Order: sequence, then structure tokens, then C-alpha cells
Amino acid sequence: MNVISLSPLDLALAAGLLLTMAALTWYLRLGVTRSVLVAGLRTTVQLLLIGLVLRWLFANTSLALVSLLALVMLLAAGREVWVRPKRPFSGLWGFGVGTGALFLSSFTVLLFGLTVLVQPTPWYEPQYAIPLLGMLLGNTMTGIAVALDRLTGAAWSQRSVIEQRLLLGEDRWQAMGDVRDECIRSGLIPIINSMAAAGIVSLPGMMTGQILAGSPPVVAVQYQILIMFLIAAGTGFGTVAAVLVGCWRLFDDRHRLRLDRLG
Amino acid sequence: MSSLRVESLRYLGNGPIDLIVAAGECVVLSGPSGAGKTLFLRAVADLDRSEGRVYLDSVERSTVPAPQWRRDVGFLMAESAWWAESVGAHFASVDRPLLEELGFSAEVTEWPIARLSSGERQRLALARLLAVHPKAVLLDEPTANLDAGNTAVVEGIVERYRVANAAAVVWVTHDRDQANRIADRSLAVANGRIEPVTNPAGAIEGSRS
Repeated sequence: MNVISLSPLDLALAAGLLLTMAALTWYLRLGVTRSVLVAGLRTTVQLLLIGLVLRWLFANTSLALVSLLALVMLLAAGREVWVRPKRPFSGLWGFGVGTGALFLSSFTVLLFGLTVLVQPTPWYEPQYAIPLLGMLLGNTMTGIAVALDRLTGAAWSQRSVIEQRLLLGEDRWQAMGDVRDECIRSGLIPIINSMAAAGIVSLPGMMTGQILAGSPPVVAVQYQILIMFLIAAGTGFGTVAAVLVGCWRLFDDRHRLRLDRLG
Repeated sequence: MSSLRVESLRYLGNGPIDLIVAAGECVVLSGPSGAGKTLFLRAVADLDRSEGRVYLDSVERSTVPAPQWRRDVGFLMAESAWWAESVGAHFASVDRPLLEELGFSAEVTEWPIARLSSGERQRLALARLLAVHPKAVLLDEPTANLDAGNTAVVEGIVERYRVANAAAVVWVTHDRDQANRIADRSLAVANGRIEPVTNPAGAIEGSRS
């Protein structure tokens, strides 16, 4: 099946649409114009770069190179989780909580997906490993970022409630119980929504890409279902891990709420 | 029988503070806003980090799990916080006669938190604290939002609890008359230290005892 190649003009016209949107945000004084432009530029540069990297990696398959790229992707995702919250954990914890949770969940799920489910040869075949990891990281990142932002935000805004519960003799887990559950829920809502809407409201990006690139729809659908389940599981595990570690870090061994540990 | 003993307590740049409150004694703390009265109570309740030792009778704070310690030294914050929808969900146990004495009918446990006035919150917060049966009681302006009638009721309830349980009571208030009514001893907090009250009128010293 032939794939219709996009011309530079096509991409330029699409970029023009984005610029028009940016102009609108400037006209409305929304204060996000710069962010829109920078993000658009980043998309272009980053995707072009990864395209080149992947082309080279597919030609030179090695576990070390795949691991290196995976590490770079992990650190980049970890950084996004780190800078997102309004009040991140200060010091190494700011980076460590999110990145640790990302690593645990995404890489566990990735290994499971590669060695048990898809089973390419070799198992780290970059054509499968890298896109899988990318989608796992991308979605888990969003879940963890939302949940951690909620968690540290709630620790600030609900300080009096949390301390009141501590004063009445509850321990740190009891005092954080409602906040913790709410944070985990909020981290899971995006992926639950996309699973619920998949195929009806939206055609998921990966499947769309595969179909556009010429794969038979049923094959694309099978992969998409697999991916959805892996992503949902990874996001769930990652979000729970991040929130639990975050809750733990918010208190010290005397069950004191330690807001001084937030930046 | 529970006395409260504070030894060289340092917290957030304040102190060192030494204080002994005998079992069944009511000590009033006063002092200008920002003098560190609330911070002192927070440090005793182990809500903020502090150095030094605090004993309840002979039991030192660090030998007791923090949640247990906070149940034992009941600290009533100036602004009570409520998290569940209804009043009753906040109570460890419901003491209906006590709630009645505070002016609430039996169905108060069903009331939504949102409809409580600040005075009602303050009175309910006291009942909520006493339901945990603390051995000592730290009160941060517990009658600030109350009229004279309710203030008298609260003073009476604390007095009764103090006597019945021989509980050490630390009571922060700005109200001189109240200090005169309730204090076995009055102390002033200033510049992060605790001193005996010195005032020209001599209104507070040797008040009740």
C-alpha cells in the first residue's frame, strides 16, 4: 500500500494554522502565546531529531543504544513531571519522586509488553521498544504530573485540615487519606477517559498513525488495544507509586506535615 | 493525674522555654500577637520541629508514637478545621450531654459543616477534642468567637474536665478578665520566652489561687 508523502508546503500550511492560533492568544492577552510558540518549535525540532535517531537506530540495533535512548527519554519525561507542579518537592526529591515512579512503572510494563506479549527478535528491537516506551512514558508522565501537582497543592491549601487530623491523633496516612485518594483518581482520569472514548469519540493517535501509514485497520486496532491496556496499567502503577512516595515525603517520622520540603 | 513538663524547648528561633504545669493546674499564657504563643503550643504538640524535652508525667515525648502523643496532649487550634460533610463524622465518640451543655440539640451530629457559624465551630471543636480524652489540654483562644454566655459555659466545661481528670491545662487568652477567672498561674510570652506576668495593676498575678 502506498503512503502519501507530505510535502514541506503541507507542513508549512499546518504551521500557519498554529501561528494563527498563537496570534489569537496574543490578541486575547492570554499570556500563553510564548508557550504555544516554544512548544510548537520544540515539537518540530524534537520530532525531526528523533526521526533521525530512529532511522539510525533501526539500522544499528544494539541493546546499549536502545538503553541509552530509553534513558534519555526517561530523563526528559522526568523533567516534565518535575517542572509541572506549582510547588514541587525541593532538592533531589523534586526530580526523584516523579522520575522514580516513571521508571518503575514504564519500564516494568515495557519489559512485560516486549518479552511476553509482542515478542520481537531481539526483544529490544527498537522499532517496537522505542515507540512502546514513548507512549508509556508520555501517558504515565501526564498522570504522575497531574497527581503530584494536586498532592503538593493540596498539602498547601489543606494544611489546616491535615494538621487538625494529626492533632486529633490520626497518623500521616489517615490524615492524608482523602487527599491521597483524590490525587490518584485525578491522575487516572485522563487515561480512563481515553479508554472510554477510544474508537467512538477519538481514534487514538497511534492507531491513526498506523492506518495513515498503510497498516490494515484490524492490525492497528489490535495494537491499539494492547497499548491502551499497557498505558492504563503503567499510568495507574506510576501514579500510585508517585503519590505514595510523595505522601511519605510530605511527613517526617514524627508525623509532622513538612511543607518546608516543598520548593 | 497528668502533669506537663517542658524542658529547654527550642522551636523556630524561639526558646529555650521551661515550663511545668502540675496535674490539674491551669496556666494562662498571654502576650502580644506574634509573640509565639501558638508556635509554643504547636511545638509542645509536636506539630512543628523542636529541640528539647517534653514530658507528660514521666513519659518523654520521643518515646511515644507521635499520633499517641497528640491524643494525650490535646491541642485546640484557634481556627478549627473540618473535612467531612457532617459534624458527627469528626467525632471519636459522641457525648450527648456535653453537646447539650454547649447548646446543641441531639441532631447536631447530622448537621452539615457548611452551616456552622464560627462560634458553633469553636464550641464543637472543644467537644471533639475532649472526645479523644486528652491527658493534658492546650487551648489556643478557645472562646475568641463566643459571647459571654457561651464563654462561661466553655470555661465551666474545661474546669470540670481539668478537675475530673487532673489534667494539666495551658490556656492562651488575650482577655485579662478571663485570665483572672480561670488561671492558677499567669505567664507572659514575649520574644520567644515565657516569663511571669508583670503588670502595674497586678490584675493577673495571684488571681485565682
